[in-house]
Amino acid sequence: MTTAFDANQVQPPKPWYRRGDVLTVLIAFALGYAFLLFGVDESTRFRTRLNPDPDLTFDWMYFWHMVPLMWRGLLATVKATVYGFTIAIFLGLVFALLRRSKLRPVSWPTAFVIEFIRSTPILVQLYFLHALIRTWDWYSPATITILAIGLGIHYATYCSEAYRAGINSVDKGQWEASTALNLGPVSKWTKVILPQAIPNVLPALGNYLVAAMKDAPLGIAVNATGILFFANAIRGGDFRAVEPYMLMGVGFLIASLPAAWLVRRLERKITYERT
Amino acid sequence: MDGLLLEANQYRLLRDGAWVTLQILGLAFVLGVVLSLVVGVGRLSERRWVRGIALVYVEFFRGISSIVLLFIVAIAIPILLGVSQASILMLGSLALGANMGGYGAEIVRGSIQAIPKGQSEASIALNLSNTQRLRYVVLPQALRIILPPFGNLTIEILKGTALVSLVGLADITQAGNFIRQQQLFGDAGTDRTILFLNILVIYFVLAQIINGLFRLAEWRLEKRFSGGEHLTPLDLPEATK
Amino acid sequence: MSAPDTTPYTGTNGNGAAGVRMRGVNKAFGTNTVLRELDLDVDPGERVVIIGPSGSGKTTILRVIMTLERPDSGTIEVGGRQLYHQPAGDGLKPASEKHIRSVRSDIGMVFQHFNLFPHMTALENIMLAPVKVHGQSKEEARTNAFELLDKVGLAHAANQTPGQLSGGQKQRVAIARSLATKPKIMLFDEVTSALDPELVGEVLNVLRDIAEEGKTTMMLVTHEMGFAREVADRLVMFDHGQVLESGPPADVLDNPREARTQEFLGAVREH
Repeated sequence: MTTAFDANQVQPPKPWYRRGDVLTVLIAFALGYAFLLFGVDESTRFRTRLNPDPDLTFDWMYFWHMVPLMWRGLLATVKATVYGFTIAIFLGLVFALLRRSKLRPVSWPTAFVIEFIRSTPILVQLYFLHALIRTWDWYSPATITILAIGLGIHYATYCSEAYRAGINSVDKGQWEASTALNLGPVSKWTKVILPQAIPNVLPALGNYLVAAMKDAPLGIAVNATGILFFANAIRGGDFRAVEPYMLMGVGFLIASLPAAWLVRRLERKITYERT
Repeated sequence: MDGLLLEANQYRLLRDGAWVTLQILGLAFVLGVVLSLVVGVGRLSERRWVRGIALVYVEFFRGISSIVLLFIVAIAIPILLGVSQASILMLGSLALGANMGGYGAEIVRGSIQAIPKGQSEASIALNLSNTQRLRYVVLPQALRIILPPFGNLTIEILKGTALVSLVGLADITQAGNFIRQQQLFGDAGTDRTILFLNILVIYFVLAQIINGLFRLAEWRLEKRFSGGEHLTPLDLPEATK
Repeated sequence: MSAPDTTPYTGTNGNGAAGVRMRGVNKAFGTNTVLRELDLDVDPGERVVIIGPSGSGKTTILRVIMTLERPDSGTIEVGGRQLYHQPAGDGLKPASEKHIRSVRSDIGMVFQHFNLFPHMTALENIMLAPVKVHGQSKEEARTNAFELLDKVGLAHAANQTPGQLSGGQKQRVAIARSLATKPKIMLFDEVTSALDPELVGEVLNVLRDIAEEGKTTMMLVTHEMGFAREVADRLVMFDHGQVLESGPPADVLDNPREARTQEFLGAVREH
C-alpha cells in the first residue's frame, strides 16, 4: 500500500527569525550589548570604606566588602572584551579575504602581518599602540578604547585563521557543484559556501572570545580600568594584596567558566544539527 | 633605516632581559610538558577520582586568565602562606607552566584518544603492562599529533612571559619599560614607538626560532615512521650479529 | 566425536602447546548476546577452525581468551590455569591483574588489521615484547627476530616500517611478532580478510608452516574453507553464541547435520 505524497502537507523548516532558540540568544545578545554600552561605570576610582584588620592575613569582612568594586572592574573588562571582539570579527574577515587574494603583493604581506601579530605578546602591542596613538594629535581615545583596539587587532589575526579554516573545511565538491549549477559568485558564497563555513567557524570564534576576555585585564598597560586595575588600585590604596587578588580570581572564574561552557554547548549543538 | 634602531647600550639591556625571558620560558615549558603528560593521561585513567582531579585541574587552569593567575601566585599566595617572594622568577614560571599544563593536557588526551584501538589490543596481546603500553606504543605515536599544537602552545607561553614584567621581573618587556623611563628623564632621542617595535621584533624572532625547532622535531619524528632501506643478502649476516 | 570430559583438554602436551577449556561463558554487548553459555574445549596442539555467519560471535571467542573482552560469567582455563579466576579456599575468586598477565603470557594473537606499531621497524616490532616483557637481551632478541623474519620470508624488510610494507607483508611480520614470545596457544582472527586476494596465499603458507611444526595450539577464525579443510583437526560451526556442530572438516563441510550449517556453507560457496 502506498500513500500519496502531498507536497502541500510538508512543513518547510522554520526560517531562523522564527526559531525560538535562535531568537532568545539574539535578544539576550542585544540586551547585553546595550547594557555594556550604557550601563558600565568606567570611573577609575576604587576606594574601600572599610579598613582591613591588620592582624589577619585574610580578612573575610574586607573581602566581601570589596565585591561591588570587583564587579565594577569586571564589567569594564567585559565591556572592553566585547568591543574589542566586535572589531576582531570584522577586521579578521578583512584579513582573511586579503590573505586569500590571488595577488601575491597583497596576500604575502597580509600573511606576514598576521604571523607577526599572532606571535608577539599583546602586552607589548598595547604599549606600542598606546605610544603610537599618543603621538597623534588628531585622535585621543579613552584608555578603554585603546585597549579594545589592541584586543581587536590581536584577535583579528586569530579570527582570520578561523575563517580561513572554516572556508577550507567546505568540501571541494561543493565548489564544483556550484560551478556545475552555474551559480553566480554571490549565490555561491551566500547560499552554498558561507552557510556551511559559518557553523564550522562559530565554535572557534567563541573560544577566541573567551581567550580575549582572559587578556582584557591587561588594560592596566594603558591605564584602562578593569578587574586587574581594581585589584592594583586596592593594593596601592590599602596596602593589602591577598584579598583583592583572590577576589579577582574568583570573579574571573565566575565570568569565564560559564562563557567557556556556553561555547562548548554551542559547539555540540552545531555538530548535532549538522548530523 | 637608521631611525628604526636603538642605541647599543639599550640593546644590551634588552639582551639581558631576553635571557630572563628565555629562563622563564624554559622552566615553564618543562613544567608545562610534565603537567600536560601527567594530567592528560590522568584524564583517561580507569580510576574515577584521578579523572575527577585531572578534570578540575584542566577546567581551572583553562578557565582562569594567566594574568590573574600570575598575580595570585606571585603576590597573593606568598603573603598568604607567609613565605618570602624571593624567587618571583620561579613563581612566575610556575604560574605559566601550570597554565600551559591545562591546555597541553587536553592536547595529550585528544592525541591518545586518536590512536587506533588496535594498537592497545596488540599491546595486550603481547602482554605489555599498562605503563609499557603507554611508554612504548601509545605516546610515541601520539607525539606525532601532539607536536604541532604544542609548538603553538609554546609560542603562547613565550607571549605569556611578557606578563611577568607586571610583577616586577626584569624580562625583555621590563627592560623596555626601564629604557622608556630613562628616556623620559635623559635626552636619548629614540621614540617610544620605535622602542616597542624593536621589542616586538625580538619576540617575533624568538617565536620563529621556536617554530623552527618544532618543525625540526616533527621532521625527525616523521623519519622514524618512514623506515629504512631494503636489506640485501650481503647486509643480512652482519645485521644478524 | 568423543565425550569431551574424559580426554585431557587442559594442561600442555609434550611440545609445550596448551589446551583451552571454556565453561558456561556468557558475553553480551548491551542487549546483544554474543556468547551464550558457551562450552568449548581445545586439546593441546589441536588446530581448530571456527566458522560461522558474521556477527555470530566467533571473533569474540578469541577476544575473551586474549582478555581483550571480559566475559560476563563463566570460566576459561588456559594451559591448566584459570584465566579470569584464582583459587581461593575451595572455590575461585576473580583474578588479580598480575595473575591474568601471567596466564596471558601463554597466549598470542594475530589480528585482521595487523595492528603493527607504525613507529617501529619490522625488527623493532618483533623485538619489543621479548625485550620488555620477557627480559631477553637485545642481542638474543635481535637474533631470534631475524630468524623469525627469515621464516616468514621477510628478512630483507627488517629495517622497514609498516608504512613501507604491503598488506601480506604486514601480516607476515605480525605473525612473526606474535611467534617471538613462543606462545603455547595462538589465536588467528580473520587474518586474511583485510588482504587483497593475490596476497592471501603468502599468509596462508606461513600459517601452514606453523601448523606443520605443531609447537602451538591454533585457533583460527577464517572464511577460507579450502584452507580450513587442509589444516584443521576440527571444524567448529558457530551461530547465535553457541556451537552448532563440530567435527573433522570433511564431515562438517561435506555432510553438515544442521540446516543452519548447510545454509551457511551454501552461501559461502556461492561466492
